[in-house]
Amino acid sequence: MSTATKSLKKQNSEFSDIDYQLKVLHNGVKDQNLDSFSTKLKETNLFPLTTTGLDIFQINMGKMCNQVCSHCHVDAGPDRKEIMSKETLQECLDAIAKSEIKTVDLTGGAPEMNPHFRWFVEEAYKLDCKVIVRCNLTIIVANKKYFDLPEFYKENEVEIVSSLPHYSEKKTDSQRGDGVFDRSIRALKMLNEVGYGIEGSGLTLNLVYNPSGAFLPPSQSGLEKQFKRKLKKDFDIEFNSLFAITNIPISRYLDYLVASENFMGYMEKLVNSYNPTAAEGVMCRNTISVGWDGYLYDCDFNQMLELKVAVADKKRQHVKDFDSQTLIDRKIIVNEHCFGCTAGAGSSCGGEIA
Amino acid sequence: MKTYYNPDDLKKFGKIGEFQKPLADKFFSYYGDVFKEGALTEREKSLIALAVSHAVQCPYCIDAYTVDTLEKGCDEEEMMEAVHVAAAIRSGATLVHGVQMMNKTKEVSM
Repeated sequence: MSTATKSLKKQNSEFSDIDYQLKVLHNGVKDQNLDSFSTKLKETNLFPLTTTGLDIFQINMGKMCNQVCSHCHVDAGPDRKEIMSKETLQECLDAIAKSEIKTVDLTGGAPEMNPHFRWFVEEAYKLDCKVIVRCNLTIIVANKKYFDLPEFYKENEVEIVSSLPHYSEKKTDSQRGDGVFDRSIRALKMLNEVGYGIEGSGLTLNLVYNPSGAFLPPSQSGLEKQFKRKLKKDFDIEFNSLFAITNIPISRYLDYLVASENFMGYMEKLVNSYNPTAAEGVMCRNTISVGWDGYLYDCDFNQMLELKVAVADKKRQHVKDFDSQTLIDRKIIVNEHCFGCTAGAGSSCGGEIA
Repeated sequence: MKTYYNPDDLKKFGKIGEFQKPLADKFFSYYGDVFKEGALTEREKSLIALAVSHAVQCPYCIDAYTVDTLEKGCDEEEMMEAVHVAAAIRSGATLVHGVQMMNKTKEVSM
């Protein structure tokens, strides 16, 4: 994989077009005579896919990011200006307050680049919610205004989830950009210094592995041991858990797969690795995903494909008219990219499922 | 163009049972058990398989175990070190026969 400097949108790439992506995905399954995702769900008595509750409120605070990772499903980067307004963030807080939700999961882009990020975290914390921040690490050392983020996270008992695709510099930089590994290591040391990832501190630092290429992730537990050993030995860094995540074939990763002629093989592998146990536990069943403009989706991937939640009353598709029961009663929209979450041991924002 | 090796044939490996099912079934069952976690991890076994693939010069095996080692979380450095192990044994096996050559030379020489 090689990293870009501009988003697909900025490049006017056809892979920034939703209809084009959906067509490529559809053909990748149909042209190889593979079962569609809906067919697989039907065969395993999971169609239509329904919710099991509403436990996690995931907010994409914006597509702006200091990195341009080659696998990014958001197509995030410095040239993306879409960020969530304070008004929409307040609507999110109102929605959380009137629901039973106790976990708020913040993602982006780099959520910290949203000017209302700290205010929002503090407000969510006051609502007695566990706040998870999907921090790309490098943002902590990107500018002095972010240097105190570890302290801020600690004060608000934020759980940190950070991508580090590999303990080798070469593999991490090939996916996330030159110099990202070094900066990530610096940021991890800063997090360790305030107690994150240190046993007994109560401050959770989880890392995320995702493959640097057209292959599936390894078993999470074996890889976690490997990561812990290498990061401790080489950098004296500690963390809590490693989440192994599968790359979902949309946006930049789809572009990479097609350009490298790995797309058909990857789709075949995903379809043939369909695991009904993983399908039963997919995260969209207890999560709602909020886009930067306040619209609601089944997950961050459906959000990037602009597949809004399937509810009869269209105004309920927006967070300002949030209604828990309507969302709990919905049927989840599925498409061929969903095979990414059900392959092998499965994949979610918390790693393996099965 | 016809070639002796076709990458798509790797996907058909499981079909060898069409001509002789009982033995194929035994082989695949054995094969599956061999690669399960045991005294060695699946990751270690995959690296051994990658090295052996090079020693036996099987292009199907090299493709399969390159991807498999990556999917076991190995990096390029580890993978290339495994190939060097295979190369060292192969070259060592050649060179150790040099002793036989030396013995024979001494036997027939004045």
